[in-house]
Amino acid sequence: MSKSAAAKPNRPWRSLPYVLTAPATLLFFTMVLVPLLLTALLALNSYNDNVGIKATYDLHNFLAIFGDEYYLRIFWRTFWIAALTTLICILVGTPEAYVLSRMGRKWRAFFLIVILAPLLVSVVVRAFGWSMLLSADGLINSALQAMGMAPVKMLYTAGAIVVALVHVMLPFMVIPVWTSLQRLDPTVEHAALSLNASQAVVLRRILLPQVAPGVLSGSLIVFGLSASAFAIPGLLGGRRLKMVATTVYDEFLGSLNWPLGASIAIVLLVANLIIMMTYNRILERRYSKTLG
Amino acid sequence: MRRNGPIALLFHALVVLFVLAPLVLVCLVAFTAQDTLSLPFTSGYGASLRWFRAVFDHPDFLQSFYNSLQLALLSATLSVCLALPAGLALGRYRFPGRDALNGLFLSPLIIPSLVLGVAFMRMFSVIGSSGSFFWLVIAHTVVITPYVLRMVLAAVIGIDRSSEQAAQSLGAGPWTVFRRITLPAILPGLSGGWMLAFINSFDELTMSIFVTTPATVTLPVRMYMYATESIDPMMASVSALMILITGGAMLILDRLYGLDKILIGERV
Repeated sequence: MSKSAAAKPNRPWRSLPYVLTAPATLLFFTMVLVPLLLTALLALNSYNDNVGIKATYDLHNFLAIFGDEYYLRIFWRTFWIAALTTLICILVGTPEAYVLSRMGRKWRAFFLIVILAPLLVSVVVRAFGWSMLLSADGLINSALQAMGMAPVKMLYTAGAIVVALVHVMLPFMVIPVWTSLQRLDPTVEHAALSLNASQAVVLRRILLPQVAPGVLSGSLIVFGLSASAFAIPGLLGGRRLKMVATTVYDEFLGSLNWPLGASIAIVLLVANLIIMMTYNRILERRYSKTLG
Repeated sequence: MRRNGPIALLFHALVVLFVLAPLVLVCLVAFTAQDTLSLPFTSGYGASLRWFRAVFDHPDFLQSFYNSLQLALLSATLSVCLALPAGLALGRYRFPGRDALNGLFLSPLIIPSLVLGVAFMRMFSVIGSSGSFFWLVIAHTVVITPYVLRMVLAAVIGIDRSSEQAAQSLGAGPWTVFRRITLPAILPGLSGGWMLAFINSFDELTMSIFVTTPATVTLPVRMYMYATESIDPMMASVSALMILITGGAMLILDRLYGLDKILIGERV
């Protein structure tokens, strides 16, 4: 009896979840799916300086991108800068998360916020800070000259982009590694040490396997965000050192070739999605391996 | 607990120095008395507030600040209005299409902002509303709603259902249960989500740069444009003000919800 009494008033509520999600669904449908579809169509159009955008539908923009050394070089530069940034973030972020996890409660809470809070400061501000540090008459060069050394050109080099990207992306590496370290039972480490395992063995057999998913997850976020970063290469790379994002910006607002800009953006989006999906695959396989 | 050795602490100090150096430098240079980017109290000059005053002589910067503030207030509020019912539905009910909707609502997190910016720019030109402030608010709402939704979802899933059931059994209607029990229980998550959305909207550059026009330029976009053309200490003072505003928002966020919880829970 109680069962049917509970089921009955539930009937009219069956559509409730759809009613509740309707406003958000409407927004995301018109503002995510529709614009992306329009951009994909735009990428198939052609552009001509005299007529503007022409409604042709073929893949010539993509062929032009992959056939032109200029664009391939930009893709390659974006790839290696993002890869190098990811590598440095792993090498700095993983030990830093470990050091943080071994601090006392108070210091840990304090430094966790110090390391992670810059995440919320606008990227323009951080890029500007680095351009001041690295410029020809900036703080680092002044210090070098005060010590009697020759100034080094740092601003408008790939090195400047990598350093600033590492600065912006480091929290995205520390967070997942930190989270996976939290799941580590500290007694396991103690047990290993009390059984005469060396520090290196503990690191290799206990810590690394535990943080590996965190490092992987952080690497993908860092790589994805670095590959599509805009403000850092825009302010620290100058006019000549273009990355994918700054190229798209120039195509759209400089040379007004929207179809070409849209195709580059689509390539970036697809590459990003492939990376994210590969990650999910790897993670699933890992879990099935450890569980099975 | 095993302590950190001296090498570990030295490494930690270097990382903290690396993280803070550019931000601290920006705040120091903002107080320079000279015409160039330089630290105060160097080359025989003192410190001064002249570059903060200079900001107020730039009506374009003031206008952009006002735009950004309005935009962040409106889009964060709108985003909460959308994420609250959606979060309740996704957190409480199992229904066909639930996973698809969840994926759709969180998709702006995996689509690069650059791609979203391009897509919005194209759509606004197709529907002939380029440069409209209303559509800028809508665009920002899309980008920040995933953050609010995650906070709401976490709050909804964490609710203890027994007090709701108790209220129900005592004859409270669904609206009363929601208003008196459910809403107060998720309020910390909701207000934390609003604040996080506010900060994200206020700082947003990459998407906005594609969809703002001279009349609707936001502060980060204005700063980016300014920094690509000329660099004088005014950039530093505007940046210092930005850090101040974000810092204030972070303090409120810490009181409302706990900053560490938000930062750690922010990404997977």
